[in-house]
Amino acid sequence: MKVSEKDVAYVADLANLELTEEERGRMLRDLNSILDHIDTLNELDTATIQPMAQVSDRFGAGNSGQESERSYANRDDVHEGLRKSLPHEVALANAPDSDGVFFVVPKVIER
Amino acid sequence: MDFTSLTIDATRSAVQERKISATALAEIYYDKIGKDDPQIGAYLTLSKERALAKATEIDALAAKGEKLPPLGGVPVGIKDVLVTKGVRTTAGSKILGNYIPPYDCTAVARLEAAGALVLGKLNCDEFAMGSSNENSAWRPVHNPRDLSRVPGGSSGGSAAATAADMAVAALGSDTGGSIRQPASLCGVVGLKPTYGRVSRYGLIAFASSLDHIGPLAKTVRDAAIMLGTIAGRDPMDSTSAQLPVPDYVAELDRPVRGLRIGVAREYFGDGLDDQVRKPVEAVIQKLAALGCDIVEVSLPHTKYAIPTYYIVATAEASSNLARFDGVRYGYRATGVRSLSEMYRRTRDQSFGAEVKRRIMLGTYALSAGYYDAYYLKAQKVRTLLTRDFEEAFSKVDVIIAPTSPTPAFKLGEKVDDPLAMYLADIYTVTANLAGIPGISIPCGETKEKLPIGMQILGKHFDEATVLRVAHAYESSLQASHHH
Repeated sequence: MKVSEKDVAYVADLANLELTEEERGRMLRDLNSILDHIDTLNELDTATIQPMAQVSDRFGAGNSGQESERSYANRDDVHEGLRKSLPHEVALANAPDSDGVFFVVPKVIER
Repeated sequence: MDFTSLTIDATRSAVQERKISATALAEIYYDKIGKDDPQIGAYLTLSKERALAKATEIDALAAKGEKLPPLGGVPVGIKDVLVTKGVRTTAGSKILGNYIPPYDCTAVARLEAAGALVLGKLNCDEFAMGSSNENSAWRPVHNPRDLSRVPGGSSGGSAAATAADMAVAALGSDTGGSIRQPASLCGVVGLKPTYGRVSRYGLIAFASSLDHIGPLAKTVRDAAIMLGTIAGRDPMDSTSAQLPVPDYVAELDRPVRGLRIGVAREYFGDGLDDQVRKPVEAVIQKLAALGCDIVEVSLPHTKYAIPTYYIVATAEASSNLARFDGVRYGYRATGVRSLSEMYRRTRDQSFGAEVKRRIMLGTYALSAGYYDAYYLKAQKVRTLLTRDFEEAFSKVDVIIAPTSPTPAFKLGEKVDDPLAMYLADIYTVTANLAGIPGISIPCGETKEKLPIGMQILGKHFDEATVLRVAHAYESSLQASHHH
């Protein structure tokens, strides 16, 4: 088993998840089964292979300053300043709690 | 006349020639949805006001005898991961249960600008994570061909609505096969374009380096019309390419004689159901008969695609889904004493099991001590998988492959075995990792009349050839049908 109960608790904490007892047990089983399958990647020697983060990596974007039509373009500067952002009330309209100016959340400082 | 079975061009012509008004057509579709959708579950939210407002505009144009835009009066459905201004958008998740977006997804805006009537929002797996649509927080979707079976996922609502004539066409999203696999299981056409071909502005992000928006439609021609409408540079998405958009419809009828069709043995190995293998092999014979050259190619790293995909996709998802914290939008847990408790409770109470599983896997793969072993390793194997395609495409114009290893499975059959569910994506995730375009088109049926689909994969930005081969095959079927 690669992942222990302690790992599940640690990773859940990193991910801001709590998980019930039952969920933790299932997560332990599922993560180990999936990671076992993922271990087949170790059959490959990738010591000299470049990692690929984006499809554009294969189009040579950013290489030698040459811009291809396939690569992702930079946006033109908007001279009159930034694009207009959402009006305040629209940006706050979906908030679970707000005072009309700010998003309101429970106390941040716990101790 | 049954207006709901028409293609895009036929629908638009009917409205143009005033055989029916766009307004009456929208009402016919809403009646059909009211009657048939309770059994299928494709729609989550109807946007009737919006559709009827557009229909009024189109009817005014038609009354003046003006030429309608390409999708004038054509009713479409939109997967619920694409945001729609003023129309509830949930991504199939409880955490966005009451979310009313303040802006429109570019692809949706482009369809509407071309005259489409947006009927409503289509069911999907939560945050597009799933291959059966059973991960929707609201309700599963049933396959219109057999209600005891899944429609595929994650764009299950988009495929089912199109197959059941509850939309002429639909938009879906495809991160690992989520357009092509449900299209295959429901017997419709589904196209995942090249990475960068269609703007993702307004797509609720799952895995940003793998996410694509594309159409589901009843014919290849309809898919070509939809793609031509939504493709092209968008200043709001810096990953959208500047390459000009060809006239996909005009390219459809060019002959396919002499095109080189690749067949990769890795896509026809163990695990492929004979009910799928046989019709796909028959298509290859058919294309040979149409004058294509069949060439064997090798994609040697194919067996590593699923493990690579499930590291890259979950790592990116764990980061993307960190924004759902109960502060700016969506659900918030109540009765909490601190901010950190609010984050945890909010996410715990409103993410489903599969979303939590993927966040956990992705967080683990990115965590200190495991980053090199999992995430970096997967990124390197992604290079190998992409090189496989680059080499194959130096010899062939397109590659033929199955879409799903099996026909539609029963609801509930795989819900307790996440790995088995992941393995159902074996033939589709490679195109997302490499960013190449792929279409799934119907190519047969099982004895129980379940649809079988097959994929045509192409070179980067060569959707035109992919669509042309798909159209040639589809036309040959219609020709033999008329004998």
